[in-house]
Amino acid sequence: MIGVLAFHGGFAEHISTLRKAGFESCEVRSVQDLSGLSGLIIPGGESTVIWKFLEKTGLGEALRVAKFPIYGTCAGMIVLAKDKLGLIDISVERNAYGRQVASFITDLEIVGRILPVGHFIRAPKITRVGEGVEVLASHDGVPVFVRQGNIWASSFHPELSAETSIHEMIFS
Amino acid sequence: MFNEEGKNLAQMLKGGVIMDVTNAEQAKIAEAAGACSVMALERVPSDIRKEGGVARMSDPQMIKDIQAAVTIPVMAKVRIGHMVEAQILEALEIDFIDESEVLTPADPFAHVVKKDFKVPFVCGATNLGEALRRINEGASMIRTKGEAGTGNVIEAVRHIKTIQAEIADLGGKNLAELAELYRVPVELLEQVRDLGRLPVVNFAAGGIATPADAALCMQMGCDGVFVGSGIFKSSDPLKMAKAIVEATIHFRDPKKLAEISSGLGSAMPGLNIEDLSVRMQSRGI
Repeated sequence: MIGVLAFHGGFAEHISTLRKAGFESCEVRSVQDLSGLSGLIIPGGESTVIWKFLEKTGLGEALRVAKFPIYGTCAGMIVLAKDKLGLIDISVERNAYGRQVASFITDLEIVGRILPVGHFIRAPKITRVGEGVEVLASHDGVPVFVRQGNIWASSFHPELSAETSIHEMIFS
Repeated sequence: MFNEEGKNLAQMLKGGVIMDVTNAEQAKIAEAAGACSVMALERVPSDIRKEGGVARMSDPQMIKDIQAAVTIPVMAKVRIGHMVEAQILEALEIDFIDESEVLTPADPFAHVVKKDFKVPFVCGATNLGEALRRINEGASMIRTKGEAGTGNVIEAVRHIKTIQAEIADLGGKNLAELAELYRVPVELLEQVRDLGRLPVVNFAAGGIATPADAALCMQMGCDGVFVGSGIFKSSDPLKMAKAIVEATIHFRDPKKLAEISSGLGSAMPGLNIEDLSVRMQSRGI
């Protein structure tokens, strides 16, 4: 069972992508909802809102010691980074690709495959990648999809495309 | 499909609260309270209603001040059909344009051709035909119109239910005839029939004044809520703003809603619809 943090943002899209990929999934709004999970997604949305509720509900503390894979997209990546939950050793600059007029959709090469998953929506930019962090995709020389052990993060939103391969790669 | 990026941004706003703010200080309060976006405007709808006169796009300087004050997306309003106000907002790199009946309409014949813009648009609708005309013009998001500035949720509920009933009814209808009546391509109606909902994100707006109002709209199936006068016309805006954000997230949990609704001070003063001299909801075509 893969949980999707469901305070706000693009959680329904992740749930439908997971379903298409053949995973069972559920919405997560409290620490109790974490029991029985084998993975978690922190979706996009506004990181200010998601962070506020991670702290308020105690879920932030619980995720710091979670053993399952966690994948953060966009705002989800921001809250996983060094200065928030600190689960992955990257630094991230919010809205660094620009305001909405600078949002774009592009193909990305991910582990040797070209995939139409690069939905960058007021996207955060990865500005530093620590040791032990693997870069799985870059765009214009900037890392956009990274992994450190069980923790995965992307600047873009694959759940807004029809592709399921990123979710399969992380949770299979 | 046009403006896929705009539709994507709307998807990321879901489950959130978009708050009207009139200056940088209010914008910061809204952001701290957990707003997923702010709507920059010079007067909230209840003041526009009270003061009368022609309501126009806000001063770009005030919009820039608000953009500088927060990191969440900033929206602003243009008059219905006023493409130059929309061009100005695009030049300011606003994140979303609301072509809004809260301002005085500028064009009696047509709305802005929204497909021509990179910045996405949100538009109001009271029924399915109106929603689909706006989507066909290029709107990336729809808000079901309430009666703005009243603190009275009945019109929001009316239009949420109207649109839902019209969608549920599509199954047995001659869609070609309906497309002609609505002045939209039949493919759009077919898409709505197959999806069982609008093909873009649909927020509630107008008259939402309490956490319970916000949760009501969410329980009725809206993707999120706009709160205009309801925040900064209440007795304790920060508290009210936080409570409405929480109620929008925990909208299915009555125990939490009871807790959230306690001790908020007074909500904005309300108006009865039958006493109004201006009905903003009927603006637009």
